[in-house]
Amino acid sequence: MSSIFFQFLQALLMLLLAPLAAGFISTVKARLQNRHGAGVLQPWRDIRKLFSKEVVLADHASWIFRFAPYVVFTATVIAASVVPALLPDTPLSLTADVIALVALLALARFFLSLAGMDIGTAFGGMGASREMTFSALAEPAMLMSVFVLSLGAHSTNLTTMIHHVLSTPLLIQPSIAFALVAMLMIAVAETGRIPVDNPTTHLELTMIHEAMLLEYSGRHLALMEWASMVKILLFATLIIDLFVPWGLSLDANAAGICLALTLWLLKLSILFVVLAVLETGLAKLRLFEVPQYLGTAFVLSFLGLMIHYMLEVQL
Amino acid sequence: MNYTLSLCFALVACGSVLLAAMLTPCWQQKSNIQRAVLSLLLGMAGLFACAAGLTGLASGGGSMVLPLGLPWLPMHLRLDALGSFFMLVIGSLVLPVAVYSQGYLRHEKRLTPLAVFLPLFVLGMMGVVLSDDAFAFMLFWELMSVSSYFLVTHEHQHPENRKAGFIYLLMAHMAGLLIMGSFAVLYTASGSFEFSAMRDAELSPLWASAAFLLAGFGFGIKAGVVPMHGWLPDAHPVAPSNVSALMSGIMLKVAVFGFIRVTWGLMGSGDFQWWWGALVLAAGSSSAVTGVLMALQQHDLKRLLAYHSIENIGIILIGLGLGMLLAQAGHPMLAALGLIAALYHTINHALFKGLLFMGAGAVLHSTGSRNMEAMGGLIHRMPWTAALFLIACISISALPPFNGFVSEWLTFQTALMAPQLNGTLLTVIVPFSAAMLALAGALAATCFVKVFGVVFLGHARSDIAENAKEVDGWMKLGMAIPALLCLLLGVLPALFIPVLDQVPQALLHTSLFTDTASQNWLWLTPVDAEHASYSAPIALLGMLILGGLAFWWLHPKGAILRRSKMWSCGNPHTHARMQYNATGFSQPLRRIFAGMYQPDEHGHAERHQHKLLTTRVKYVVHVGDMVVKHLYQPVGQVTLWIAKAIRREHQRDIHAYLAYTFATVLLLLALFT
Repeated sequence: MSSIFFQFLQALLMLLLAPLAAGFISTVKARLQNRHGAGVLQPWRDIRKLFSKEVVLADHASWIFRFAPYVVFTATVIAASVVPALLPDTPLSLTADVIALVALLALARFFLSLAGMDIGTAFGGMGASREMTFSALAEPAMLMSVFVLSLGAHSTNLTTMIHHVLSTPLLIQPSIAFALVAMLMIAVAETGRIPVDNPTTHLELTMIHEAMLLEYSGRHLALMEWASMVKILLFATLIIDLFVPWGLSLDANAAGICLALTLWLLKLSILFVVLAVLETGLAKLRLFEVPQYLGTAFVLSFLGLMIHYMLEVQL
Repeated sequence: MNYTLSLCFALVACGSVLLAAMLTPCWQQKSNIQRAVLSLLLGMAGLFACAAGLTGLASGGGSMVLPLGLPWLPMHLRLDALGSFFMLVIGSLVLPVAVYSQGYLRHEKRLTPLAVFLPLFVLGMMGVVLSDDAFAFMLFWELMSVSSYFLVTHEHQHPENRKAGFIYLLMAHMAGLLIMGSFAVLYTASGSFEFSAMRDAELSPLWASAAFLLAGFGFGIKAGVVPMHGWLPDAHPVAPSNVSALMSGIMLKVAVFGFIRVTWGLMGSGDFQWWWGALVLAAGSSSAVTGVLMALQQHDLKRLLAYHSIENIGIILIGLGLGMLLAQAGHPMLAALGLIAALYHTINHALFKGLLFMGAGAVLHSTGSRNMEAMGGLIHRMPWTAALFLIACISISALPPFNGFVSEWLTFQTALMAPQLNGTLLTVIVPFSAAMLALAGALAATCFVKVFGVVFLGHARSDIAENAKEVDGWMKLGMAIPALLCLLLGVLPALFIPVLDQVPQALLHTSLFTDTASQNWLWLTPVDAEHASYSAPIALLGMLILGGLAFWWLHPKGAILRRSKMWSCGNPHTHARMQYNATGFSQPLRRIFAGMYQPDEHGHAERHQHKLLTTRVKYVVHVGDMVVKHLYQPVGQVTLWIAKAIRREHQRDIHAYLAYTFATVLLLLALFT
């Protein structure tokens, strides 16, 4: 019973913390750039404001356009609720393994891109084309880097993979290092951050994600924005789960959960500070250098896989 | 001889298509009756084929001998687990296509050829699946190939259709020749054309490899495996759409069936050598990626779908290749998983590709064009077609909760669970094929965003798209059946896989489920839940609840949505041509994979009035198939050159011809006595 409760708590935390995480990143970025920033709570205020605003649809919008925000939001949230944040053994964690998780995110992206093409503006089509192209290159790299870990654990279930990492002695495995670097690069690309895409731009010829959202307003926009915030938190938690899961509570008691929560928040903030520093220090890549960036990530994860097979498998 | 219910159903199915082929010419003048009879009998055949497949899988098949054929070789028919499964695949698409044809063929002027060759084509496919001796197999195989040639050239007034048909016939016969060679090898080992004797025969490794290669290339040509695929994207689009659905949906699968029958059935996993699986895996990976990359650059809707068939055959072959590797390495359980992944993708692809071709046919029917660049905004005028087509798009893009995802997931699981195999090459090729599968899946999603976005969303790009009409009820019903099956197979795979499990039980003598107690309908857990699990019902239910809650909570009750003009950056003049089109959508990929596409691009800007004032821009791009350019055309040229060289020999008088015959007979006698 309590594990079901903690499952819901975990999913709810993911949902509620996501805007705070986005606010945290932008605040750290602002401080790094000698600005005050709008505060950690700003994304929450934005979402609340958007929920109360009226929706204005383009004349030509079909049901796809109205349907897409709900699909994008629910697919992302279901994917996020599968990722263990506090406790590895939750009832839902068996629902989808890593491959299904990637596929749920792909479903969200599919509908986001369709919505981008629905109105028939040049920007929407441009965003859809770029998003789908780059994610087509990012997805194999991400799966490869996850596979490095799942080969060691003989499983694609996140729970089993976490248990495997927790139970192996702390050794530096070169394959894991390759997988980690690849995963970090992919996470940046998949969540649309600098140097791949700029989340703060709204009218730029190089934009990707925002170009598909240009026609959205009101609650639809709020759902889309919220989903993309959840996605950042999801990727950060996934990286924590796969590479530094220490601290996750193995059984559902209050003390363990509190410790797990504290450590999770701590790890998240370290990861987000690193992201903010990188975003401040780096410039956005030229659009056609992004495939090279993603190709590098793919090669790294594939090398990790090879190293795992060549060096680390006990015959 | 062993008559069973399943075999009777299969014979009734064959009988009704035969009846259709013979009866329909009687109503040449009354096309309404002709069409109704055709649809009814085809539908019956589909229904009985489904019944035969299901009963065959559930309660076992049977065998019988028909007193037809050669004097010393009556026709052996047998329905085993593998055959039953493919009967099910055939039936599950023939039934909706029959319903669809009732509407689609309404305005067909020349119905009689279609009404004769379409049932014969289906009969050929069913016969291949049923036949239990090499002679019957080849007979039905050729019936399938030749009748589909007449279907491909149905609209023979267009010269390109005749050319596509000719290349198709040529390749089909090359395939037939190679397959016959493979049977010849098996015949020499067993001394009989009957499959039962071939199963028991012992083959030396060398001859087994020869038979494998001959069968692999023969069936590979027919299935459109890269690099033998050149005929496929020309032949499939030019046939009428209901025929394209059958050709792409099940004829390619019959080639896959033939391959499994010869390698897994007649030779058996004991004969496998390590490089067989590696070769199949490599062919599958290259087909999957090449198919989808080529599909991305097409703007003819049906041609694009034809290239996607190549991709999906590649995915099936990845599963099969993994299965062969694992069976050879002594992991029958994992080999069974690979085989099941391949078979699951087989039926999935039959369903969603059939649906996609029927959807393309509906678009073609109401706009008269296959050119995607002329479409746009069809979702407003053809809402049903759009919704059903979208289901197929999601399914083929391997997205949950539809069926394409389940089979790709199973294939991934097979690749990941493959333990370390001997040899560096195998160590590299298994994860690499998984990576290629991931790439192909993601690119397929890209391609279907393009297809759905350009054809159904946005503004109409031409008058034909502006004036499109929704299709009639028959066509909608015909598309709704596979759409429903796509959802069912995607949500409840755990119910269907135990049925499929009969096939590896027959071929490998292993069952995927040693512990049946741990199985229930909710969870898909190959091997065990510790390794991997996926529950589509829970994911779907979760999404429905969450989405419903969000909608109920957020949607203002009773308010009317405010509509306004789209935002156009302040520019008052918008035009449908300003939208991204199919060529524009795939431009980034054309640039990224330029080395592979080698696109032939020409850009031209006209500046009449002033050097800064562009009045007109022209951009022409052509992406040809590299395989056609570098393999088919040179082979064709060499063949022509040889023909030219020996042309004079054709014009000799009758004495010379008699001398040729005499020399041939002498040679044969010298060789075979």
